[in-house]
Amino acid sequence: MELRVLSWRFWKVWRRNLVTFQKIWKVSFITPLIEPLLFVAAFSLGFAGIVGPIRYGGAELTYTAFIAPALIATAVMNNAFFETTYASFVRMYYQKTFDGMLATPLSIEEIIIAEIVWSASKAAAAAGIMLAVLAVFGYIQLPSGLLAIPLAFFGGIAFGAVGLFFTGIIPTIEMFNLPIFLFVTPMFLFSGVFFPVSNLPLWAKPLALAFPLYHLVELARLVCLGRHETVPLLSGVYLAVFAFIFTALALVFMRRRLIK
Amino acid sequence: MTSSTVQSNERKPDVARMQPIIEVQHLYKKFQDTTAVDGVSFNVGRGEFFGLLGPNGAGKTTTIRMLYGFSPPTRGIIRVFGMDISRDWRKIKARIGVCQQDNTLDPDLTVEQNLFVFAGYFSIPPKEAADRTGELLEFFALSNRRDAKVADLSGGMIRRLILARSLVNRPDLLILDEPTTGLDPQSRHQVWDRLEKLKASGLSVVLTTHYMEEASRLCDRLVIFDGGKILVEGSPQDLIAKHAGRHVIEIGGPDQSLRDYLKARQVPHDDLGQRIILYTPDGQDISAGIRENFCHEKCTFRNGTLEDVFLRLTGRELRE
Repeated sequence: MELRVLSWRFWKVWRRNLVTFQKIWKVSFITPLIEPLLFVAAFSLGFAGIVGPIRYGGAELTYTAFIAPALIATAVMNNAFFETTYASFVRMYYQKTFDGMLATPLSIEEIIIAEIVWSASKAAAAAGIMLAVLAVFGYIQLPSGLLAIPLAFFGGIAFGAVGLFFTGIIPTIEMFNLPIFLFVTPMFLFSGVFFPVSNLPLWAKPLALAFPLYHLVELARLVCLGRHETVPLLSGVYLAVFAFIFTALALVFMRRRLIK
Repeated sequence: MTSSTVQSNERKPDVARMQPIIEVQHLYKKFQDTTAVDGVSFNVGRGEFFGLLGPNGAGKTTTIRMLYGFSPPTRGIIRVFGMDISRDWRKIKARIGVCQQDNTLDPDLTVEQNLFVFAGYFSIPPKEAADRTGELLEFFALSNRRDAKVADLSGGMIRRLILARSLVNRPDLLILDEPTTGLDPQSRHQVWDRLEKLKASGLSVVLTTHYMEEASRLCDRLVIFDGGKILVEGSPQDLIAKHAGRHVIEIGGPDQSLRDYLKARQVPHDDLGQRIILYTPDGQDISAGIRENFCHEKCTFRNGTLEDVFLRLTGRELRE
């Protein structure tokens, strides 16, 4: 890929998504506002009585405190992944938004990067709202917890990129069920959101370590609670490499799909 | 006076050839197992209204997509404003306006926002973009719908908005891919009226269309495509004179004696079974003879049209 295909112009596409988003933001922000409230209510009222304190990173945590940062990480995954799958697919296939953009000085690469960066921005905004709600209940260590917002952007790039890669190869919009069933759901269940991965049997641990969500959860717990069970640097590097690889793959497959 | 007008019209293509705005040389486009464009060469002059005609699948849209840098040619050279599209695509795209066949408007945005946001892709400053948006909405009679959502617009308004959007960067070249397909006659005439105004302002235009009336009315020069190749090139009048003749006679319920008569005199014609279409060449006036001897049932005497040319050259079989 030549470098001159990329320029600051991608912000124009990002801004287009923002203008569109401004029409629906009130509805979109209800989810990150209400979701943590529901989870906190359900887990502290119902679950915590059965589960008791959790041992994680050399400390005892209430179950609700344990899952709170992981809820933010999960929301980052969902926001970014669903934005570059369903929403990008609609823009690409049904609305032909990218075709229109390709008749302007924009390059296909700028459009793709803008979609990924936009999904990460949306994820960071959702994380910010959840963070505020959870901080009110005292589940977030401040000020280090504020780092969860740039972290959400970083994680959003990784999940936005992998989502757009799927958009580049998926034949029909219904088939997004497949990566959701095979990739997103298992990740949600086995990335240490609901239980420490150190509790998993030895053979299952590498599986969790391969999941990008696990590393995002780890980093979220680090900034929100000051606790971790793996090496944070390893998690950061893993996410960066994951984001880089899938951004490159998204560029290749989206180009192949759009330019004929 | 009439003759001088005709002369100046005929001179136009020569002037056009001297300073081409588009140069296409030996252009090929192959998809997996089909050759959509098979060795095409043509030039478009500054200020010229140039038409690409052809049946479905002839290679028009593929050619147009290569012209505005959307799809890379398999082989061949495309120069726009004297620059190579494969290298200077960004500079070229900044100076062209494209009205695509599909509706690529943003359904989530209002009429006004569609123009404004699109102007951003050309890095037009917000103040300037707002001014141009206002002007274009006025020009295309959309000012009273500026806050409407695209989903609430009629087909004609959508087309006008797409056209308006393609002019937001004040292009030197406008590329129109079937701009009036699916419009009612009122909307179509409104679009033609605007296009004629743009043409008068000196804008260079490339147009594809299935409407021969549209091509005759708007185009200074055109090519007819089939099977990825250019069959003919010329002004609408010249093509009609050369390939259809100025006068055409349609005869309903022809009998064998008419067929013999035509064969004996070698009059060019199409025999459709229930109907025969005669193309009378210049200087061979057979209309009197036909009128006297063969117009038993139904005869139509009319002028030759571009549609005659088109059907004679590309045949009458369905393509899809």
